[in-house]
Amino acid sequence: MRPYSDKQNVQKKPYYSDRYFVAPQIPKEAVESDAVFAQDLAILQAKFEIKEAYIQRGQLVVYIDARDNVALLQTLKDECAYNILSEHSAIDWLAKSNEFELFYQLLSTSKRKRLRVKCFIHEKEVLQSVYGVYKSADWAEREMYDMFGIAISGHPYMKRLLMPDDWFGHPLLKTYPLHGDEAARWYEIDKIFGKEYRDIIGPEERDSARVDENDTYRFARLGHEVPFGAEPSREKTFHDYQEESGVTIVKSLKKSESKIVKERP
Amino acid sequence: MQKVNRLKPFFENIAFEREDNHMIVNFGPQHPSAHGQLRLILELDGEKVTKATPDIGYLHRGMEKMAENMIYNEFLPTTDRMDYIAATSNNYGFALAVETLIGLEVPRRAKVIRMLLLELNRITSHLFWLATHALDVGAMTIFLYAFREREYALDLIEDYCGARLTHSSVRIGGVPLDLPKGWLEKLNAYVNRLPYDIEDYEGLLDQNRIWKMRLEGVGIVTPEQAQSWGCSGPMLRGSGIAWDIRKEEPYELYDEVEFDVPVSTTCDSYGRYKLHMEEMRQSIRILKQLMPMYDETAPEIIAHAPQYVSAPKEQIMTQNYSLMQHFVLVTQGMRPPVGEVYVPTESPKGELGFYINSQGDPYPYRLKLRAPSFFHTALLQEMLVGEYLADVVAIIGNANIVFGEIDR
Repeated sequence: MRPYSDKQNVQKKPYYSDRYFVAPQIPKEAVESDAVFAQDLAILQAKFEIKEAYIQRGQLVVYIDARDNVALLQTLKDECAYNILSEHSAIDWLAKSNEFELFYQLLSTSKRKRLRVKCFIHEKEVLQSVYGVYKSADWAEREMYDMFGIAISGHPYMKRLLMPDDWFGHPLLKTYPLHGDEAARWYEIDKIFGKEYRDIIGPEERDSARVDENDTYRFARLGHEVPFGAEPSREKTFHDYQEESGVTIVKSLKKSESKIVKERP
Repeated sequence: MQKVNRLKPFFENIAFEREDNHMIVNFGPQHPSAHGQLRLILELDGEKVTKATPDIGYLHRGMEKMAENMIYNEFLPTTDRMDYIAATSNNYGFALAVETLIGLEVPRRAKVIRMLLLELNRITSHLFWLATHALDVGAMTIFLYAFREREYALDLIEDYCGARLTHSSVRIGGVPLDLPKGWLEKLNAYVNRLPYDIEDYEGLLDQNRIWKMRLEGVGIVTPEQAQSWGCSGPMLRGSGIAWDIRKEEPYELYDEVEFDVPVSTTCDSYGRYKLHMEEMRQSIRILKQLMPMYDETAPEIIAHAPQYVSAPKEQIMTQNYSLMQHFVLVTQGMRPPVGEVYVPTESPKGELGFYINSQGDPYPYRLKLRAPSFFHTALLQEMLVGEYLADVVAIIGNANIVFGEIDR
């Protein structure tokens, strides 16, 4: 029987967990504890539905409805002086609640404050682009689409950013394996040689740590190296890196004449 | 047999029109002045750029995905490969983010050592920037001089951590080593020498007619553009906005040292060049203040937090309990509290931010790397329009982009 593996989350899991261990929480402070943030929140609350708001590690976190994102960021930019969108991306919660959690990390240079706007969208839900408010969302949204497959409407050039245009799948999803899925194994073979060469060349080995014993082309057979293309051999190859008599320029090491230093010179 | 459509990258299918002087040029990804694997699709009208489409991803290694599959300490050497020109600033940004996540206070000596390394990295990064930028524009001499001085700084870093490119010289909770004997004297000799070298560079470039013609009025970034496109670091300060995270949201001991934040209001490449030179001087100023501070600190270099950080090496080798803790931390990894942080630091390129979402597991649930160059490259779409083809190289060089952190 195959061992059970969680298909919804193929990320690495800790091999041991204390079943009584309860992870502590980073404290959440009330928004009232900071006058500037309280004022910003009051402006937002007058216009939009705020689901939750708290301060964590000095930054205000505001949960909103995903449909308000453009209008709310416009308000933050115009009325609350949050002039820079530093970062924008998503977190995959599909396995837990079939949702993506999005965050917009904002900065106000005049107030020296950082604010994080967060919202949830369902898997197939379309998000409005905030490119019209902050242009830094341009590539951030493209990367998010590339990595999570979150569809954005109103973006001027919605295209994959980091992965090739014809790539299959979205790499940062929790269902996507670290070394790529089946399509990734054949991507370059299909692209360069064609599908008919699959049998001849074989799938791409994407695990850089894998050591193949029969691989004579790379240095996998340490201690049993053979000439390029030759059959692998069981015999140990002998290496002598320093010739007894010494080479012209290189002096051979003599243990008796070497000195061990006590500390770094 | 070869198929007709095989081995034909799709971009070759773009029509290379030559009507009315319109042309599409592929710049890169193997262009020596692209500073990495940047591919720019430039639409030209004569020699003027009418549209620029940067295409990135040629160095994409999926670091964010890797982070989700690594324990926190395991990921730290990976951050070296982001901005490999100043690797310590990435190590530090990550370490600070994790320390903020678990709420850890770092010993004072570790803070001083970290700042020494960070400022040294800023100098090497700026020297590298100056060298390659000048080489792109055509000034070969500067390249040789700047690389010589950069070499001395790399020697110092090598003396400290043994590596020249991928330092991994910071640990979560402190630093792995104390400064070796005589290191500060060597550093002192270096920082006393460097201002004269910077003067030499400026003597070669400041009033140089070619340099000024290539840089002045080229690559204009208005303050509105800079803010809207999420610029940071010299790109933001080059547009007249005085924003340096070291000054405005001080971390480590940046609130205890005196330094100025240079700002350029000309918004062009020449202004940003002057800015970089001034920033190196400010780094020297910080380094000079740090050296006496080092002697006043207590010898601890790593925080005492057995739940999260391994004890110093001597203790692990002598104390049974420390060894057990170390074993657990290496095999299982630390489990930070549940929550999320976004921690920005001022790397030589700009705002380097780490967003970490932790669910109390040894692996981060989500880690987002906010790289300054990523947003500066996005700005190229708007910045290059209206410029000449020959200036594209100067502008890319001036923007100080590093592909390790753009593609991640």
